[in-house]
Amino acid sequence: MAQLATAKEGGAVIKAASSSGRKPFRLSTLMSIVGTTPMIATAVGVFVICIIYSFVLSFTNSRIFPAFAAENFVGTDQYARLWSTGRWLISVNNIWFFGLLSIVANMTAGYLLAVFMDQRIKAEDWFRSIFLYPFAMSLVITGLVWRWILDPNYGIQATVRGWGFTEFAFAPLVNSSTAIYGLVVAGIWNGVGVTMAIMLAGLRGVDSEIWKAAKIDGIPAWRTYLFIVLPMMRGAILTAFILQCVGVVRVYDLIVAMTQGGPGISTQMPAVFVIQHITDRSNVGLGMAAATMMLLPVIVLLGVQAFAQWRANQVKEKA
Amino acid sequence: MKKFAVVAAMATALLGSTAVNAADVEVIHWWTSGGEQAAVSVFAREFDALGEDKWVDTAIAGGENARSATLQRTLGGDPPGAAQFNISRQFEELAEAGLLLDLTPLADSEGWRDFIRPAAILEVCEFEGKIYCVPVNIHSWQWAWASVPAFEKAGVPLPKNLDDFIAAAPKLQEAGIIPFAIGGEAWQIGGAMGVVMLSQLGKEGHEAIYKDRNLDVAGGPEVKHAIEIFKSLKGLTDEGSANRTWNDTTNLVIQDQAALQIMGDWARGEFAVAGEQPGVDYACIAGPAEQPYLDTGGDIFLFPKQDDAAVEAAQLKMASMMVNPQVQALFNNAKGSLPVRDDVDMSLADDCMKAGLEILKDPNHVIQGAGIYLTQDSIGQMDDLWAEAWSNPDLTVEEIQQRFVDIIASAE
Repeated sequence: MAQLATAKEGGAVIKAASSSGRKPFRLSTLMSIVGTTPMIATAVGVFVICIIYSFVLSFTNSRIFPAFAAENFVGTDQYARLWSTGRWLISVNNIWFFGLLSIVANMTAGYLLAVFMDQRIKAEDWFRSIFLYPFAMSLVITGLVWRWILDPNYGIQATVRGWGFTEFAFAPLVNSSTAIYGLVVAGIWNGVGVTMAIMLAGLRGVDSEIWKAAKIDGIPAWRTYLFIVLPMMRGAILTAFILQCVGVVRVYDLIVAMTQGGPGISTQMPAVFVIQHITDRSNVGLGMAAATMMLLPVIVLLGVQAFAQWRANQVKEKA
Repeated sequence: MKKFAVVAAMATALLGSTAVNAADVEVIHWWTSGGEQAAVSVFAREFDALGEDKWVDTAIAGGENARSATLQRTLGGDPPGAAQFNISRQFEELAEAGLLLDLTPLADSEGWRDFIRPAAILEVCEFEGKIYCVPVNIHSWQWAWASVPAFEKAGVPLPKNLDDFIAAAPKLQEAGIIPFAIGGEAWQIGGAMGVVMLSQLGKEGHEAIYKDRNLDVAGGPEVKHAIEIFKSLKGLTDEGSANRTWNDTTNLVIQDQAALQIMGDWARGEFAVAGEQPGVDYACIAGPAEQPYLDTGGDIFLFPKQDDAAVEAAQLKMASMMVNPQVQALFNNAKGSLPVRDDVDMSLADDCMKAGLEILKDPNHVIQGAGIYLTQDSIGQMDDLWAEAWSNPDLTVEEIQQRFVDIIASAE
């Protein structure tokens, strides 16, 4: 993107300096092509080719080494095994549960925080940094800190018991039916700041005339926020949402740091499954089948976003 | 030590290595606990004493992480000089792809095939007649560690087998003792289940399932009873077992808070460090069964191929050092494991170790762990199954057994 912008500016400078219109135009086109080539090559090379490569691998019985000989192609065997593996099914259930809870909570809390920051409060910069800070931190550290907080032996439970409430029990991570809530809490703590920042930018982007008009009409501030401003910041919301979704699909470090997928296999996630199978378990074929399944919802999401953008452009063109 | 250095230098000279320069050999391993570090530093010290070459230590916590790092680095063309694996099929693809240094000339000149016993632990290193790794120690999983005071307090005798133990458990609970100590990590659960299985199956049944993939045995009554025992054991644990490490769990037995733990013989080191006496403070129950069987697991080192001749010479020196009888004695005494050769002075061995050595003398009571017969992929599937069965009480014995049969049926 930056390269593109520079190329354009360069073209503009040449255009301004030169008297003839045709020659500099060619030069600027050339420069923008040169400038964007690395980006295009990276995008095609890294994303498209690698994805196709993984996709093809998922139809083979490759173990550590990619194997593409005719006898290595086993059709959809890996997918059949994947969908009959208890651990994968639990992983898929978990990701939906974790995703829905954490995205809804993140979006709501992020918006509320943004509204709070929008009240022209003192020390806004301070608050913004504090809320954004968890996002700047590695999920491994976040996970470890939350594991300690939720640990029955030296976390909240031990502290409250130390105050004299000896029957107090709060140790979500040691119980297989509640462990996932512990993960959700840590996920929210990590993700809410960045949602707030995007939403705040969206709020600030709303024309102040709208606010004046709403005030004249006597609409209370909360209604303006909810029914007028919120729909106007669709772009910011969509961006925050997509970011959250991608974060959920690839959640890995949080699990490794907090629960290792346990107790039992109750907090396993797809990304952990993929990484474990392409490394220690030496079953690249199965790992790639799982990775391909993880790609599907991402493609659907991106499709939705592209469609929304296309619709918005259509509306703009008509107007 | 000087004498040994000379011997090793001669061994290297015999190999006919030319123009040897000093080299750094990076070693990846997962020995990070106190006793383990003491053991690995024996290797490091002895290797550095051999000459100019240096042992560069890369300890990575967690076997799975360390193995992944080695596999990925070797595939990516930046292999470490040496790496630890278990006695198993974890590294067979590296050997098959020709990425490992061939140790056959060294092994032949030193006679590894003659002195390394049981022969099976060297066999995992062999691919098409060539030797690609060095076994360094022998560990067995099939031990139960019991707190003698805990059983005395509850007024029940020490159990001879798992059915006895489950029958005695209510009395232990009444006495305020955790009957069964275990940490909720997948490998601890999977390992304990392996022990329970073997105690029911015996050598014949074990080999029928893992070696011959006999599905009738896998679906048979012995496996069913093993799963029933496994599910009963779950009910005898404490609340804090999730995420607990194995040595913290052993500590519960040492402090007499818990009665029994199923754990490999490396747990003995923890009792020794705590100053406990076998037979007085704690008991080691082999099996746990009247007819105990021991597997001969343990660790190996392999040496990925390098471009540098100096490093290669140093790798061979290191391999030779690791099986040296003197180093074997020092290393295994620190590690709490058995040496890979017979002619090692084991005068420091305690009663539990001697009991183990006694069982290992009878080949009918020595088995090969499932990891020798199955790929890491299948072992991982079983670990997942046991972990799920452990935490999900809704899974019935029949469902669990059916899934076990499916894993054996699909194993490569």
